[in-house]
Amino acid sequence: MVQSLDHSQGRSQGRADAPATAGSSVPVTFTGNRALQIEEPLIFEMGQPGRCGVDLPEPPKVRDRLNGLRRNGEIGLPGLSEPQVVQHYTRLSQKNYAIDMGVYPLGSCTMKHNPRINEKVARFAGIGDLHPLQPVSTVQGALELIDSLAHWLKTLTGMPAVAMSPAAGAHGEMCGMMAIAAALEAKGERAKRRIVLAPESAHGTNPATAAALGFTVKPIPANGKGRVDLTALKSALGPEVAAIMLTNPNTCGLFESEIIEISKAVHEAGAYFYCDGANFNAIVGRVRPGDLGIDCMHINLHKTFSTPHGGGGPGAGPVVLSAALAPYAPYPWIVKQGDAWTVAEDGAKVDGKPLGRLKAFHGQMGMFTRALAYIMSHGADGLKQAAEDAVLSANYVMAALKDVMTPAFEGPCMHEALFDDSFLKDTGVSTLDFAKAMIDEGYHPMTMYFPLVVHGAMLIEPTESQAKEDLDLFIAAMRSLTERAKSGTAAEDFKAAPRYSPRRRLDETLAARKPILRWRPSNSPPGGDPIRQAAE
Amino acid sequence: MRYLPLTEQDRREMLAVIGAKSVDELFRDVPQSARLPGKIAGLPDHQGELEVERAFQAFAAKNISPSAAPSFIGAGAYRHHVPSTVDYMIQRGEFLTSYTPYQPEITQGTLQYLFEFQTQITLLTGMEVANASMYDGSTGTSEAVLMANRVTRRHKALISGGLHPHYRRIIETTARWEGFSAVIGKADVEGLEDLIGSIDKETSCVVVQNPSFFGHVRDFTKLAAACHAAGALLIVVVTEVVSLGLLMPPGEMGADIVVCEGQSIGNGLGFGGPYVGLFATREKYMRQMPGRLVGETVDADGKRGFVLTLSTREQHIRREKATSNICTNAGLCALAFTVHLTLLGESGFRRLSELNHAKASELADRVSAVPGVQLVNESFFNEFTVRLPKPAAPVVEALAARRILGGLPVSRLIPDDPPVGNLLLLAATETATEHGMAPLVSALKEVL
Repeated sequence: MVQSLDHSQGRSQGRADAPATAGSSVPVTFTGNRALQIEEPLIFEMGQPGRCGVDLPEPPKVRDRLNGLRRNGEIGLPGLSEPQVVQHYTRLSQKNYAIDMGVYPLGSCTMKHNPRINEKVARFAGIGDLHPLQPVSTVQGALELIDSLAHWLKTLTGMPAVAMSPAAGAHGEMCGMMAIAAALEAKGERAKRRIVLAPESAHGTNPATAAALGFTVKPIPANGKGRVDLTALKSALGPEVAAIMLTNPNTCGLFESEIIEISKAVHEAGAYFYCDGANFNAIVGRVRPGDLGIDCMHINLHKTFSTPHGGGGPGAGPVVLSAALAPYAPYPWIVKQGDAWTVAEDGAKVDGKPLGRLKAFHGQMGMFTRALAYIMSHGADGLKQAAEDAVLSANYVMAALKDVMTPAFEGPCMHEALFDDSFLKDTGVSTLDFAKAMIDEGYHPMTMYFPLVVHGAMLIEPTESQAKEDLDLFIAAMRSLTERAKSGTAAEDFKAAPRYSPRRRLDETLAARKPILRWRPSNSPPGGDPIRQAAE
Repeated sequence: MRYLPLTEQDRREMLAVIGAKSVDELFRDVPQSARLPGKIAGLPDHQGELEVERAFQAFAAKNISPSAAPSFIGAGAYRHHVPSTVDYMIQRGEFLTSYTPYQPEITQGTLQYLFEFQTQITLLTGMEVANASMYDGSTGTSEAVLMANRVTRRHKALISGGLHPHYRRIIETTARWEGFSAVIGKADVEGLEDLIGSIDKETSCVVVQNPSFFGHVRDFTKLAAACHAAGALLIVVVTEVVSLGLLMPPGEMGADIVVCEGQSIGNGLGFGGPYVGLFATREKYMRQMPGRLVGETVDADGKRGFVLTLSTREQHIRREKATSNICTNAGLCALAFTVHLTLLGESGFRRLSELNHAKASELADRVSAVPGVQLVNESFFNEFTVRLPKPAAPVVEALAARRILGGLPVSRLIPDDPPVGNLLLLAATETATEHGMAPLVSALKEVL
């Protein structure tokens, strides 16, 4: 009974400072649960002293060598048994949408299938349990594994070198832009080249990275076809420009058709070309970025090569480098000497001038393993086919929706289809409302309001992982939503969506205005904690 | 290819709807000169699961697995036992294959565990607020320095010689390219460094590690007071988070920012990554933090729920004015951390910590009884430094030849400092056994 009390009176009631609004018309259950949707308290509301989810031996008594700094008092961690822990996280997991459940058309994020063989090999003894600082003689296979992935990445991009250590795409951007700064410094031009050009449609990480390195970011406008305006770019180039940061295919899901002219103009002006490789998945196996004249590009292994997104990481962001930038790749370098692999660590002599170090140890090995398993499973033929299927699926969605939604640009698109919100004009339904209504249809919404250059943007990336039947159902659902939106009578319905998700729309303004970033006994809802009360 | 659902028939039908004759037509915006005639040459074609597994078994066979050999290496990455529940839970597809929780209505699972994670971090560190994770401890430390520079509007960081050498190098690299000054202390082998005298009106922060890279446990209460008197922040780094079960938390010493490497809880060694950075601070600096934050709110029915919040600090909103360029962090490693810590709870975590200290004490006693070996530390948690009568690097190689992973020669990470040449760093966790310690001690006797 205590468990029931808990859910009906306490934990689902919400913040003490928020008035509860009238609920939906669905009858209220005693527990607050709705069949498989089970309300779940916080671990801090479930713990009991005397419970523990591990059995550890009694530590032998030893003389403390803690310099008198033994911790006093309770830490405050809750005690739970193993079955409670399993139930807690299983219930939480059931409140998430995931690629494993269906179409996850989040544009720019590449939510493709995550094969489980990748998880298996990453956990092999002799791979997943290696210490990063074992003697190099005891990790020859690990170094060979990293080099194998490096070889694939260099060959697929047509670039001579790769820095493996960056931990994510944004970290890779930092690495690439530092390499550019280092190259400029070597030429004595770092002080005068202070400007980085980036299209208005760029990912937010691009300007954030450039600004962190002290560059001034100057936006480049797009032309009417959603590409960089070459004339505007040429007039922005000059002796003060260090680099351009450009995503290709770009964030509108389009290939930059004048990219070779762009790279020529950039190089003629003495600047470098940083390519944001977030969308490499559209062209992998078909186009080598090295043939387009770029100087460096990060590869999000969690996008193109399917390492799991994991609810927001971990990722990995190796950076391929041109011959001009390769000497500045950060430590460590993995080098073959005769038959043996070695790790050139900080200070070691290498054939270059490393820009420093970006991360402890050697990079995201667990992600390398998964990405390499994915790449080997696909092979050169499968990677090319995957890119083609991704592009085909996006164009199919675009073609099947273009009469009821409004494509932002003329096709064909690459791996993602971009719409604006003009089809919703005068309906009273916004992009946000439309996205939330998709949730009730059983889909994760597409990316919305990005890129910023398109009004009310909706960016749909189906990826290569969906069967045609599933795409067809998705398309039919989208068409039905557009019909309802345009009927003129459903605006209130859309505003109330989603209705069937574990939570309805959340008050983000309240969250930001009075931030509660941790549990404290005092944030419990009015009436205190019913379990504790019942126990007392 | 087993991952690709489209059939040739599907592809033809889809092309017909699009109104294109071939897939090549869809790639028509690619300049002619960059179009490859066929698949990329020189790379193998697709393979079945069995073949892929064999290839990885071959990689694994060329390594010595620490699970199959006595292992005493620490230095910022520690071998602990991870309960089976942890690895099962993080492989649930709903967690593994979900994105950053931008749509909170259908990602409450991720958001709630991150809120619980943030709370656990504040409790461990004795701080007021924590974020939803950084890539790892090393990059998190560099972000902490940048944050201190923002808070104080100063540009000189004092870096302890007791900080992990890789962490020091990353701060140095960041300083060089992002334009601030990092004053790096000399390797603090004995644990006697005093930075108070070096703090001045330009100092934005002092960065120390506890226990230090060499294993010393120190009280930074006076250092914190000196920092505050000079308007600087104290950043305390913890590379072995299990120590917080036994040691006074940095928050109690007066730290302003605490960064930990969280690998020890829930995450395997994995040859160096992915790990999880823990990042905590005082409430007054909350809006200067890097990374994602999860906050509590209510939904339209008034029910408690969680959302990503204060995102006006972040790159996708603030662009060039963001507090950091960080985007993807370490969500799944944070889940592993929080599940493991929930299993441990108050009593399990404390006991784990005691066990680590006891094992390391035993190892220190046994190793320092070997003729010629001298224990450098008076204090330590689960890792300590010994001085050998000869250079440590070849000794470690000789131990490896006997299939013993006998610690880290300090010269590997500090190559340009001759006095550290004979130093060996040894760690013992709850995984250390008699079957491991005895061979290490007898092999050391032979090798020295």
